[in-house]
Amino acid sequence: MLRISDLHLSLGRTKLLHGLDLDAHPGEITAILGPNGSGKSTLLRACAGELPYTGSIRLQGHEIAQTAPWRLAALRGVLEQSPSVAFPFTLRELVQLGLHAGIEAEQDEIVIAALAEVGLAGMADRPIHALSGGQQARAHLARVRAQIWRAQSHSGPRWLLLDEPMASLDIGHQMALVAILRRFAAEGGGVVTVMHDLNLSAQIADRMVLMAKGKVVASGPPRAVMRDEILSAVYGCPLRVGVSPATLPWLVPAFV
Amino acid sequence: MAMASLDLMARPERMRGGLRPALIALLMLASILSVTTGAAGVSLAHVTADWITGKEIGLRERVVLFDIRLPRLAMAVMVGAALAVAGAVMQGLFRNPLADPGIVGVGAGAGLGAVASIVLGGMLPGALAATLGPHLVPVAAFLGAWAATLLLYRVASRAGRTSVATLLLAGIAMAAMAGALTGVLTYLADDQQLRDLTFWGMGSLAGASWSKLAVATGLIVPALILAPQLARGLNALALGEAAAAHMGTDVERLKRHCVLAVAALAGASVALAGGIGFVGIVVPHLLRLIAGPDHRRLLVDSALLGAALLVLADLIARLIVSPAEMPIGIVTAILGAPVFLWILLQRRSFGSL
Ligand SMILES: Nc1ncnc2c1ncn2[C@@H]1O[C@H](COP(=O)(O)OP(=O)(O)OP(=O)(O)O)[C@@H](O)[C@H]1O
Ligand SMILES: [Mg+2]
Repeated sequence: MLRISDLHLSLGRTKLLHGLDLDAHPGEITAILGPNGSGKSTLLRACAGELPYTGSIRLQGHEIAQTAPWRLAALRGVLEQSPSVAFPFTLRELVQLGLHAGIEAEQDEIVIAALAEVGLAGMADRPIHALSGGQQARAHLARVRAQIWRAQSHSGPRWLLLDEPMASLDIGHQMALVAILRRFAAEGGGVVTVMHDLNLSAQIADRMVLMAKGKVVASGPPRAVMRDEILSAVYGCPLRVGVSPATLPWLVPAFV
Repeated sequence: MAMASLDLMARPERMRGGLRPALIALLMLASILSVTTGAAGVSLAHVTADWITGKEIGLRERVVLFDIRLPRLAMAVMVGAALAVAGAVMQGLFRNPLADPGIVGVGAGAGLGAVASIVLGGMLPGALAATLGPHLVPVAAFLGAWAATLLLYRVASRAGRTSVATLLLAGIAMAAMAGALTGVLTYLADDQQLRDLTFWGMGSLAGASWSKLAVATGLIVPALILAPQLARGLNALALGEAAAAHMGTDVERLKRHCVLAVAALAGASVALAGGIGFVGIVVPHLLRLIAGPDHRRLLVDSALLGAALLVLADLIARLIVSPAEMPIGIVTAILGAPVFLWILLQRRSFGSL
């Protein structure tokens, strides 16, 4: 599991996270939500081993700050909020980047399967710069999936840490991504994803974590987090929660 | 696969497949041309004919071929490969197709070292000057290149992390500083020294010898062999340091190795051949256009194309004002500068690409 306790993080003189506690479990989708600037990306980057922190972040028992990059790379894949590529790699080359040195034998199969999963198999030899924004986002997702292709390894569950993977996808590809994440979780992997869409996360997440000003203000199953008073306070506007056709919480804008 | 071939935007695979053999053929062709052409009027055909018919090869022919043209060819191959690979590594490290080894202070440091040795060499104690002899300038250039690179790396590193942006900016400051010191030395120089240092700055492969080559080989060959090991890391680094680390790259180690490789490759070539520009930028860029940016191909192909182009440039330098010869740096600049401009214009039309 991913266990975060008493996490403090500052960049330069700015304190960004103030004593954060959080557990995420394999086999589940954990959605991290909160207003712009609340620290979601910062939290995810800390979990990815990118930022120095105090307190503890343990992924499958490994303290992130003390684990070598190659070991972490076998354990979890990370999708950044806005990935960029300096040179015009083809999609095939891009997805190969994610592959670990150890699994050369089935490399080509995984590359094609990962591209097919996001609906880009027909563009494998196209340079990434010749793709639309959403297509580029899907190509990066394929790279991360190729790195963490199987949800489990011999040493336990593996993880996907995703920062707003849905942000530039149309509704069809959002649903396709939901299917990918659900399958990954069903196979025993862990998914931690930053999202902005409260309704979508209420439908797909096993657990929602609501952040504000560098702290967790609410967490638990969607029913526990999707509450009028919590959401209205955190987002600073009147919000009302109803019930979706699937009997899950469903946001009704207050101006309706 | 059938689907992929229908994609009009796809980069054609066949261009990449034929590239490596074509580069090898080009290098071989250039080498044969280089060995058989020259002011002395010794042709390989004659010598080979003599050799096959069992006739004794004349002393003059032997000297021209084995002591002048072959070491010169070897030097052009080595320096061309080293400069092109150093360029490719720099561009990967800085995630910018216009970066060149000059950025890490190699050129400025080497220039200062060389000029200092030309101008102040006479003040060295007799014994040291005698030991170094004709190697004084290359050794000083090499030490200058390394001193500049190591200093720059120290400046840009804090708590085990190296900032590539600081490296770039400090490199500019360092080049200005070295340029000013070089200016002071130039001001102090007498007429003969002025001539020497001006020609050093324009680069030359004249005076190549097996002994000079042996020393530089010890640096360039290992670095050329090790450079392809950086390919995976450089590919990952194209996505930025954070993403490269996410994919398992030890980014700090990678950066350290890149700077070391560039200092060895560019430092040794600049020491051997003086200032030769544009090879490091033009060669990798042409190859990226043809076969894409994958460093697993790019680093090896750069070595081949860089070697071939420098052999050809040297040929032009020797022929164009024969029996004298033009400094090779002028030839690479005349050919390379327009290509460089073309790259810039092309980048503009492609936006961020
Ligand atoms: N490098 C930095 N130095 C100082 N402060 C930073 C830095 N990067 C981000 N911040 C600040 O940290 C806070 C959290 O940023 P973060 O990127 O984690 O927000 P977020 O929740 O992901 O927001 P968004 O929904 O807009 O992506 C913000 O207030 C931001 O201004
Ligand atoms: Mg964010």
